[in-house]
Formats: sequence, structure tokens, C-alpha cells
Amino acid sequence: MVKKEEYLKLVEKVTPKENKMENAINSFVMGGVLGFLAECIKLFLVNVFSIPVRDAIGWTLLIFIFLATLFTSLGFMDSLVSKFKSGLIIPITGFAHSITSSILDYRKDGFVTGIGSNVFKLAGSVLLYGILFAFIMAIVKVILYV
Amino acid sequence: MFEFKNVYINNYYTLAGPLEKENGLKNCDFFIKDYYYGAKTIEQAESKMQKTVLNNLINKEKPEAILSSDLTNQLTASALGAVDSNIPHMGLYSACASFSSILITLGSFIMSKHIKKGLCLISSHCLAAEKQFRFPVEYGAPKPKRSSQTATAAIGIEVSSNESNIKIVRGMLGKVLDSGVKDAHNMGAIMAPSAVDTLINFLKESKTEVTDYDIILTGDLGKTGSSIFKEVLKKEHNLKIKNHLDAGGSIYKDFEYSGASGPAVLPLILLTRILTSKKYKKILCLATGSLHSSLLVNQKNTIPTVTHAIYLEVNK
Repeated sequence: MVKKEEYLKLVEKVTPKENKMENAINSFVMGGVLGFLAECIKLFLVNVFSIPVRDAIGWTLLIFIFLATLFTSLGFMDSLVSKFKSGLIIPITGFAHSITSSILDYRKDGFVTGIGSNVFKLAGSVLLYGILFAFIMAIVKVILYV
Repeated sequence: MFEFKNVYINNYYTLAGPLEKENGLKNCDFFIKDYYYGAKTIEQAESKMQKTVLNNLINKEKPEAILSSDLTNQLTASALGAVDSNIPHMGLYSACASFSSILITLGSFIMSKHIKKGLCLISSHCLAAEKQFRFPVEYGAPKPKRSSQTATAAIGIEVSSNESNIKIVRGMLGKVLDSGVKDAHNMGAIMAPSAVDTLINFLKESKTEVTDYDIILTGDLGKTGSSIFKEVLKKEHNLKIKNHLDAGGSIYKDFEYSGASGPAVLPLILLTRILTSKKYKKILCLATGSLHSSLLVNQKNTIPTVTHAIYLEVNK
């Protein structure tokens, strides 16, 4: 067999390269479009329904979570995500999408052993490290401002 | 090296999924219309695929053993598929190299006269494998160009000592090699070293040349793996092969990824394209397998690989 390092070099040479620039632009534009839409919805809620800005932000997030969940359940969110990648994964749509897709996968495996234990299969790390870093930052804030 | 005498392929049945049909797969006995195939879960659908194949192959003289393989948890689909058949069963797992290892085992059973007739069943299901090895089915995890997609197919082959025009001549079990590759997306790069190793050993032990074969059919190296396979053969062994076809790389047309993978890919192409074309008489199949699991990938291990070879001769 070929030497390991040589082989890995050969693999790297032959393996097709990903088009990083195109992916980045795709994600950037999609993320921007999402942000723009969110801002429109927020303004619409504030101006038409006279909801306070703080509540309108919450409602906007809820609308996006609902849409991502709905689209995942209808079965076409996965092709959108594989096309726009981080543009849809990083915003809250990605979180909703990961949870719904896990539920759909394990819906026949029982409510506890299936859905219950697998619902945060992908989103679990976001929750765990999100909470952990929020805790650390809270301590930092306390130390700095007391 | 296993030398077989009087071991023949008598009958076979092929079943494939909707994506394979869309890509113009011909001569397949049956296509399923949707991935659930009337079952409640995708795993049950896969076992139903195996059952369909099994029922179409059982005739008056029942086989004395079924050997089957698939990619789901602890061979779930194979176990469910063999229920109610009333035939002794054994599951055999060597990932995507299962086709050759099952034929070698069945050939040995028949040679030693323990059985007269056996059945080889292999299936893979795109969604079940996705759930098993990668992400949830509906999660659109971005796939790199080097990755492959599991094919949806089930095949059954009847092997016995009754003479027919397809003869199993030789088989060789491959060694498990460490590919040195950690990236489970790049299955072609994982499997190429073992394909080379088994091919070279097979040629050495059978005292044959590459040109002695009408076609050398590899399992699921894909486009990426095929180029690595050829490159390593040329560099290390000064061997150029022109009669090579990769089953996984040729199943889907204009595919944006590397190709199809799964244990059923090689036999599917062998049965529907190679055997029916009547052009090829000496067929060397190298079933390549990437022996990875999500556990191994998460623990950042390099991924082991194995390739088993089987040599068939077609008369007429």
C-alpha cells in the first residue's frame, strides 16, 4: 500500500473542490433576504397592529419558526437548506428545521424512546453551549459591573 | 483464494427505487413507486423490498439457506425480510462489500455439499441509510461533491450446483486496511486502497493479468474513488486498466455528487447491465466496502475498509 501521507495528498488532489465563494455568496444573500423579510414583518406588526417593538420582534421570530417547521414538514425545506446552506442554518430557521427533521425521523419510534430522546439530536449542542456561554457571560458581566 | 467447482447462478431478481428509474435504469424486474412502499416506516419498507425479491425467487425447490445483508441497525431489514420464509437464515455484514462475501460463503457451502441451493439477498434503502449513518432524512445537511448517495435497491440471487450459463469461478476475501481517511463523506478515497490491494492480490494468486478480464467492475467508488483507484494502480503498480467500470459512478446520469453507494449497487449493475449485454464473458467484481459507523466517525477514527472479489464466467 502507498504511504499514508502520500495517499492523503493524492486524495486531496483528486477530490473535487467545493465552490466556497459561491456557497458564501449564496448564504450571505439568503441570510440578508431573511433579515430583510424579518424587518418588513416587524414593521408591519408595529405599524398595522400597533404592537410594541419588543413584542413585535418575538412575534416575528415565532412566524419564522412556524414557517421553517411547516416547510420542513411539507418536505421541501431540506432542498432549500442544501442550496442556501448557512443562510438558512444559522438563523432561527435552522434550529426549527433541525428539531422538526429529527421529530419526523423518529415519529414512529414512540413518544418517549423516539421523539422524546431524539428531538434535540442536532439542536442539543446549540442549547447546551448556548446556555453554558450565557452563564459564563453573565458571570463576566457581574464581575465587570459590580 | 476460493476456487469453486460446479457453483452456478441460476436465477435472479432485481428491484430498484424511484430515483434509479428516473435515471433510466433498464432491465430491472420491478420498481417501487415511493420510498415507503406501503409500509409504516422506511426500515419496514426495506424489509418489504427484500420480501418481494424473496417471494419472486422461491419456486418449487426451496433454497436451503438464505444469506442476506443490508445497512440498517444490526441488519434489521434482513432479519424482518426473512421472517415467515421458513428457510434457515444467516445475516452477513461487510458493509458495501457484502455481495462478494455472501457469494463466497454460499459457494463454499455448496462446494462442501452442505447445501444444494442457497439464496443471496441484498438491499439498501436511501432514506434508511441516511438516517442510520448521517443526518435525519428531512434535514438538508449540505452535501459536498465528493459524497455519495445510497441507492435504493434490493436484489436476490439463487446459487446452486445445477448447471447454468453463469458460473462462479473464484472468490477472494480481502484484508481490512486502514485508509487513513477520516472524512466519511469521501467514501471513494476510503475504499480505493483496499480495491487496489484486493485486485493486486487476486491477480497474483490467480496468475492472471488485467487484460484477461472483459470487465473489472468495482462497487461504489464513485467518480472520485475511481480516479484515485486508477491513479494508485498506475503509480504503485504500473498498471493501466481500460476495462474498468464503477457501478456506483455509472448508475445516475449527470449526478452532482460522486455517485451511488450501498451493497446493492454492484449486483444491480451486474444483473441489469453487464449480464444482459452479452458482451462480457469474464467478469471480475470487486465489491468495495467502507466499514464505518457514526460512532467511529464521531470518535475521529480513521476509517477501515475492505474489498472482496468474485470472478464470474458467462458461457454462450
